[in-house]
Amino acid sequence: MVPLTHYLALSFLLFVLGVVGVLVRRNLLTVLMSIELMLNAVNLNLVAFSRQLGDLNGQIFTVFVIAVAAGEAAIGLAILISLYRLKGSVNLDDAAEMKG
Amino acid sequence: MTPALFLFWVLAAVVVIGAVGVIVMRQPVHSALFLLLSFVGVAGLFVLASAEFLAAVQILVYAGGIMVLFLFTIMLVNVRRQATESFLHRQAAVAVLFGLVFYAIVGGLLVGEAKKLASVAADPANLATVAAAGVRVAGNSQAVGWALYREYFLPFEVASVFLLVAMIGAVVLGKRTMEKVD
Repeated sequence: MVPLTHYLALSFLLFVLGVVGVLVRRNLLTVLMSIELMLNAVNLNLVAFSRQLGDLNGQIFTVFVIAVAAGEAAIGLAILISLYRLKGSVNLDDAAEMKG
Repeated sequence: MTPALFLFWVLAAVVVIGAVGVIVMRQPVHSALFLLLSFVGVAGLFVLASAEFLAAVQILVYAGGIMVLFLFTIMLVNVRRQATESFLHRQAAVAVLFGLVFYAIVGGLLVGEAKKLASVAADPANLATVAAAGVRVAGNSQAVGWALYREYFLPFEVASVFLLVAMIGAVVLGKRTMEKVD
């Protein structure tokens, strides 16, 4: 049996990679992909604890996280299409109207 | 090294290579394919953690649905045009440093708590039983279904309304033609 700490270390590594992806990329598409990576890391964490504690609730939560991820991807990509129509690019630096 | 542990390391390598590929690839379509690799690796880890139903859902929803959505969007927006300029943000170096520090802090906490975490191991066979009714069901899928449609029926219905709202919102955002600014 794989120890819980292995799962936690991997899921946290995946989460950090997602955070770094959000911070370093200028393309909104890859930023959205990095958010999906973070959601996957959370799912992995929930499933690992579910197995360790023998409790099914972690897996149920994961089902809902996946549902929210699907909605988030749909809305995020629709916003991206709107941004592309408005600006002609999906570069995040081009959407800087709120910059002080 | 047990077979399960060996499989874990292989799948972990697949997941991490996929995640790193998402970040470092210049073209979004390459990032999307690396993301697919990462999703498949996570599905394998779900099987290893005796969550077989979720592994199937992961493949169907992420690798099937979300990935198709991403690829369609990449085809719709013309991203090749900006291939000449830098794809990384100015703050990239600081962000990587921040990530390393963040991982070091939580990794240190994990190492400290490793013994405490290992002491709460339960029988994985519990995942195929229904806690409330004490019924022995045929497997993980049936156990998840039982819990989802009984204990979590209201959240399940709320999730379906949420998906409907997301669908309508995506259609409205996608159809609307906005005036160009500047």
